[in-house]
Amino acid sequence: MVGPERPAYRLVRRPEIGLVMVRARAGGSGTRFNLGEMTVSRCTVALPSGAVGQAYVRGRRPRHAELAAVFDGLLQDPASRPGLEVRLVGPLETAERERRVALRGRSEPTRVEFFTLVRGED
Amino acid sequence: MLPGFADPILDSQRAFRAILDAMDHPGRVVELPDSQEAPVPLYAATAAVCLTLLDFETPVWLDGRAATLEAVAFLRFHCGCRLVDEPAQGRFAVVSEPGSMPPLGAFDPGSDESPERSTTLVVQVETLVAGRGRRLTGPGIRVEARLEARGLPDAFWRDFRQNHGLFPRGVDVLFTAGRQLAALPRTTAVEG
Repeated sequence: MVGPERPAYRLVRRPEIGLVMVRARAGGSGTRFNLGEMTVSRCTVALPSGAVGQAYVRGRRPRHAELAAVFDGLLQDPASRPGLEVRLVGPLETAERERRVALRGRSEPTRVEFFTLVRGED
Repeated sequence: MLPGFADPILDSQRAFRAILDAMDHPGRVVELPDSQEAPVPLYAATAAVCLTLLDFETPVWLDGRAATLEAVAFLRFHCGCRLVDEPAQGRFAVVSEPGSMPPLGAFDPGSDESPERSTTLVVQVETLVAGRGRRLTGPGIRVEARLEARGLPDAFWRDFRQNHGLFPRGVDVLFTAGRQLAALPRTTAVEG
């Protein structure tokens, strides 16, 4: 991939790993409850352009968080954004869409439809 | 934006140890590690104290000169602290221009039930020299200590004597100059 030069960025907050509490709603709209904790990695970098890039990624992936933060910073720069949209964000979106379609393709055949027959008055 | 501690765990432990040492021995001048970069107009020692002691639960008051965009962004990002408008609302206060600081009475002296909830001031002075200057006595000082802090108005010392008289209430003061730090807790009596 031919992209912009590797920017000379500084770590504002070095990659670190921690826990976040994931909250959910019963049925998607009910009462909020704590689903459980998950590990996340985060990082913040400052680019020479002055942009501050931030990233939080799932799991213990400090290198992933650092790169995502750098690209977050580059995407804020009007000069490097269009090229990155085409070469980086586009392919990632396509890959994610394909992953979801493949996942649905695997799970759909086993789907169970629940329904209740309406019973008449006795 | 400037980075915080290079090693958040070890650097904050080192700084905490230094602050504790200064607080335990009023008038003693301690040095904090040199590596800390600080946003204008904060000193390295002030930045290290903030990174070590402030978090999302500590409302902080900054004087007019300290509240630069850079300093505000630094504290909000690295400490996650809330900035307040009134000196009395701050659990911590950073004074970068002691010549025009509010009187000590403008800060929260705590209450008799919870005197620990008073404001802790970080006051940036021009220079700090131990062994000469005003005479300090009280807990943590064997006989007497002397401390010279340049750049403080006379009113500060008058206020501090009153503050000492409020015990167990009262504010505690940390002086910083460059990477140096000295403490003047409310228990210390000042003469001269």
